[in-house]
This record gives sequence, structure tokens and C-alpha cells, in this order.
Amino acid sequence: MLSIGKPQINLLEKLCNALSVSGAEGEVRRIVLEEVKPYADEVKVDALGSVLVRKNGAGKKPLRVLLDAHMDEVGFMIVADDGEGFFQFEVVGGIDPRHLVGKQVIVGKDHTIGVIGAKPIHLTTPEERKHAIDVDAMRIDLGPEGKASAGERATFATKFKIVGPSIMSKSIDDRIGVAILIELLKNAPKNIELCLSFSVQEEIGLRGAKVAGYYFNPDLAIAVDSTPSRDLPDFDGRENYTYNTKLGFGPAIYMANSSTIDDPRLVKFLEETAIKNKIPYQFRQPGGGGTNAGAIQQSRAGVPVVSVSVPHRYTHSPVSVSRVEDWKNTLNLLHTALNNMTPELVKR
Amino acid sequence: MSDILPFLKSIISVSGLSGFETPVANLIEKKWTPLVDQLTRSRLGSIHGLKKGRSTTGIRSADKSPRPSVLIATHMDAIGLMVSRIVDGFIYVTNIGGVDSRVLPGTPVLVHASSGEDLYGVVVLPPANLLPDGEGSGAVALKYLMVDTGLTPSDVSKRVKVGDRVAFNTEPVEIAGGCVSGHTLDNRASVAALTICLEELQSKSHVWDVWALASVQEEVSFGGSYTSTFELRPTIAVALDMTFGRGTGSSGYQTFPLGKGITLGIGPSVHPHLHKRFKEVADRIEIPVDNDLMPEHSSTDADAMQLIAEGIPTMVVSIPQRYMHTPVELVSIKDIQRAGRLLAEFIASLEADFIEKIIWE
Repeated sequence: MLSIGKPQINLLEKLCNALSVSGAEGEVRRIVLEEVKPYADEVKVDALGSVLVRKNGAGKKPLRVLLDAHMDEVGFMIVADDGEGFFQFEVVGGIDPRHLVGKQVIVGKDHTIGVIGAKPIHLTTPEERKHAIDVDAMRIDLGPEGKASAGERATFATKFKIVGPSIMSKSIDDRIGVAILIELLKNAPKNIELCLSFSVQEEIGLRGAKVAGYYFNPDLAIAVDSTPSRDLPDFDGRENYTYNTKLGFGPAIYMANSSTIDDPRLVKFLEETAIKNKIPYQFRQPGGGGTNAGAIQQSRAGVPVVSVSVPHRYTHSPVSVSRVEDWKNTLNLLHTALNNMTPELVKR
Repeated sequence: MSDILPFLKSIISVSGLSGFETPVANLIEKKWTPLVDQLTRSRLGSIHGLKKGRSTTGIRSADKSPRPSVLIATHMDAIGLMVSRIVDGFIYVTNIGGVDSRVLPGTPVLVHASSGEDLYGVVVLPPANLLPDGEGSGAVALKYLMVDTGLTPSDVSKRVKVGDRVAFNTEPVEIAGGCVSGHTLDNRASVAALTICLEELQSKSHVWDVWALASVQEEVSFGGSYTSTFELRPTIAVALDMTFGRGTGSSGYQTFPLGKGITLGIGPSVHPHLHKRFKEVADRIEIPVDNDLMPEHSSTDADAMQLIAEGIPTMVVSIPQRYMHTPVELVSIKDIQRAGRLLAEFIASLEADFIEKIIWE
């Protein structure tokens, strides 16, 4: 079994603290390229900016398996300079605007720190405080002499932390998938041709994976992502049966989401692999959401796909929470599954 | 002028919520001890630093008549949260002081746990379907928000108890234009300014005694300034606090630009003669000041101090601050220095018979 130690945690920290908003994934791309080059047989950056990696398998025509994790994160784009350090911004990807006010953000290549402020409570009315603040009314404040250019990207400034059994960080979605793919490459199975797409622009419409799927033309594909866990208590004490996934219950295997029905053969294979190897696993409650599997499934003449996710709480917020154990178990479920894959799995 | 930033960063990096000011009080006491002649704590925990004035006869021991005294009040307490109940490891909270719950979702916090540990956490917004109908959309009320520490339910219940404090945990940062941003700059930035004032007074002659007050519980009840002003019975009293900075969502007569100077209060909480003297001193030493209009309340310790015993002439001096009571307050360091210097010059300007000149027209 593979383990999660200091090197793996340090890499995830570096990945999570990077600023890599959809369409401007340079920081994560550089980290990925540096990590994969010593281990890959082929590395290329495609037309959209995704990093595509191949590790040849043994034998004449090994099963070609594509694993995908997205490098981009939700965030902001600076769109106008209001003067005196105030900047208008647009949200990139799905962020609940209620997470924005009162937060520190980092802007641009230098990670210039700014804040998204709010009117002091003293100047608000009780009626006003019942309504969420519109993004239109917010500004990124870089200080009275702060400078930024329209087009620069920004994201939450929260720093990665390991707290007890948990990871608390921005962008666990999907840097944890990126970290898992890198680890799988470093421990690549010989029985398959391992293709990895570290894809761009997932958060704004699964764009990078669509062309990566075409490029690799795989026999099957697995989207490795991070899925919401809504395992919080109900305020009135009723049972919460819409948790999606639960932290600490292992990798979440998908059966269906809004963009795909996961290939039942692959779902079954992953479940059997988990049971046989005593790896904790859970099924993500079907419905809603989407992963790059949806885009890859429809490339060329079609690709059997499945999604596996590390659960996290508080999607697209300044601090998400995941369990190190779930990360480890996801890595091992995938590693074991890849090692045991044969062409029989997706025979027509 | 010494670099005040390291001290300011240190006092906004320790705990000190209203009623629980000891950690920050210890830092302030350490900093002030060499700057004053005596330092004591009030029954409620406020810090009283006394810097004695110069005897009018020039011989301190021969001077038996009590010197007049000026009290400078800077509250050292902070707004924050308190644990109200714990369910499955999730911590529900209530507020200490004025907190707009809309700034909380996603905010990093420290839970000052009964176990003695400071636990990292984040305020979280529960999914709407786990809240009563209609409560999950729009602004979500504080009672529905929770703190997640990343720990397991059993670890949380072993460490955290109802009544434990939860403080904002935004890291202090310097940002463009000579500004510092972080939580609790209200009112630790004023504590820093008063420290600058005490440093300046080391090389200045002043007739009046000076009481430097770091008061407790301003954010909830003015409890510290009420009681310390009674105990110290100063001749006049000045509250140094924050005022609203002009910025996102904040405009109009109550707001002031950052880095362009400090403000002098005008209103029922301010004795007009004190305002006049401050203005004269500011003009003389070329510190830009603006008038902060306070038609009814100043919402500072001055509101309490003026009502002590037979009444005390009070003044309000303020430093503009953006985003007051949020985790990302923002002030200009230059304005902090200006406030410290203006206070010192004001104190030095006080002649022995100044109080006799304070007469109502």
C-alpha cells in the first residue's frame, strides 16, 4: 500500500497554495511539469495549456488508461480599476458570493495581498443585514496605493494546513486529484499504458479534458476529483440523508452525475477491488454535480468512464476540509485497481 | 519615531476578546512598563500606566499639591465569538460585540479551547436543506453558522466547552500605501498610537500627569472605561479609537480617507475647548485633521467617561479604518503615528491652569 508522508503532504501544500484560476493555470502547470518529467515517457503541454503525460506499459498493446485531474480552481478576474486601490472583479467558476466579504485574497503573479471588505456593521441597518451582499457591490482592496491590471487573476489567500486528521485549505478541489495522479505516475503500474491529463478549465465547463480525451484516445478513463461532502448536522436534529458523501468513509465512487452515467463495469470493478483489498470506499449519492468524465466519455467514438473523488466539505470556499485517510485510500484504490486492470474489463 | 509595526502585529496576533483580555494585556504591560512611572491593573483587568508630570516648582518632592491629570483611553478588547453548543463536533457560536454574520462564512478562526489549546477552525455555511425553511438562502443568521476544526467529534468534545472563545484568525499583512490589514485593529491600532505617545513623552516636558488606560470590555459595555475613570478620576479624558474609513459600501460624512490624517470629534461627547486645543496643536505641528461629526453618541469610551462622578470633560480622537469589525480591517500606519504624536504634543501643551480656562460660553 502506498502511504502519505511528508513529501506527499509538502507537494499538496505547494499545489494548494498556488494561484491557478481557470484559464490561467501557469503556477500549477509549472509544479506538475517539474514533478512528472523524471518519470514520464512523454510530456506535452497542449493547445489549451493542459499537461499531458504518458508512461508506456509492458507488452505489445497494453490497456490504455487515462486518468484526469484538473489543475484549475475557481477564483476571480480583476476587470476594472476604480482608483485608490479599489478593483472591480468578476467571479470565475461557481463561488457562493456569501463566502467573499471579510476575506484576504491574493492577486497576480506576485500574490499581492488584498482584502474584500464590507461596510462596518455600525453603518448597516438590521434590514440590510438580512440580505447577502452582491458581488457587484464588492471590491478587492489592495490598499490606497495598490496596483493591479485588468485581466489579472485572484483567489482566496488562505494557506494550506494539516489539522489533526484533516487537510484545511483552499483548492483541495482538485489539487488533491493532481497530487494523486503525480503519485500514481511515480508508482506506475507496468500492465497498462498510463495516460495522465492534468487538465485546464474544468470549473468553467470541462474544457481541457474534452481535448485531452481526444488526444489520448484511451480504452477507459477515470476522472479523479474532489466531491462535496455535506455531512453536517441538521439544525433541527433531523437525520441528514442528503450528505452526498461523508468525510472519513473513503474514496467516493460515482454511479451517476449530471453529465455522465458511470460505466457499470468500472464501478463494479472499483467496488470489488476495494472489498478484496480492504480499502474503505463509499458511493457518492447519485445525481447533480459533474466531473471531467462527462467530457471524456464523449470524445471520439466514446470512452468508458468512471469518477472517483476524495470528499471535501465547503466546496469553492476559502477553506475546504478533507481527511488525509480519504486521500490515502483514494490513492490506493486507484493504484490497486490500475495494477489489476486487464483488457477484459472493457471488452465489447 | 520607533517602528511600531512589530508591536502592533504582536498585539493583533494574540487573543483578547471582551472580558478575556489577559493575553493581550500582558503584552501591553510589558511594552508600557519602561515608559511609565507606575503600572497597575484595575479590578476588571484594565491597565493603568501613570507617567508623572513635571512639578511646577521644578522640585518634585517639594510639590505637595496634586497635579492635574489627563487620561488617554484605548480599549484593548476585541469583538469575536463564543461557543454556544456543540453538535457532532461542529461548534455553534454566538457573538461577543458587534459582528455582522455576513462576513463569517469561510473565515479562519482560532477556538481558545478549555483544554488550553488554540484550535484552528473555519466558520462554515451549512447547506440550505439542513436549515429551517427559508433560512438557508440570502444572509444566514449567526445561530445557524458553525465552526469546523477539522478534528473528529470525540476530539472536539474532549477539548471544547460551551463558553470557550472563538477569535478571528486573519494573518496581519502589510499592504500598499503603508497600510496594515488584519482583525482587531479596532482598537489595538489605538493602543499602538498611545504607545507612540508614551515614547514621545520620554523626551518631552509635561506638567500634567498622564494616565495611559488600556480598557477592557468596550465592545460590550464600556465596562473598563466606566470603572477605571472612576478609580483614576482624571481632570480630563480622551478616547482614542477607530473611525470609519471611506471605502466599499462606506461613504458620506461619517467616513474618512486612509492615510490622509486623523479625526477630532464634534458632538455631545466632546468638550468644545478640548477640541479647540487639539485643533490648535494639530495645526501647529502640521498634522492633518478632519472633524468627525457625532450628533448623539461617539460610540467610544468617551461616552462612558464623561458621566463619571461629577462629570469629566472628554474628547474623541480617531484613526480612520476601513471595514471595521470584519476580519480584514485596514488602517494606515502613518495615521497611527500621527495620532500618537498629536496626543503627545497635546499633553505637552497643557499648562498648569488649563482646566480653569475650560469654561462654557
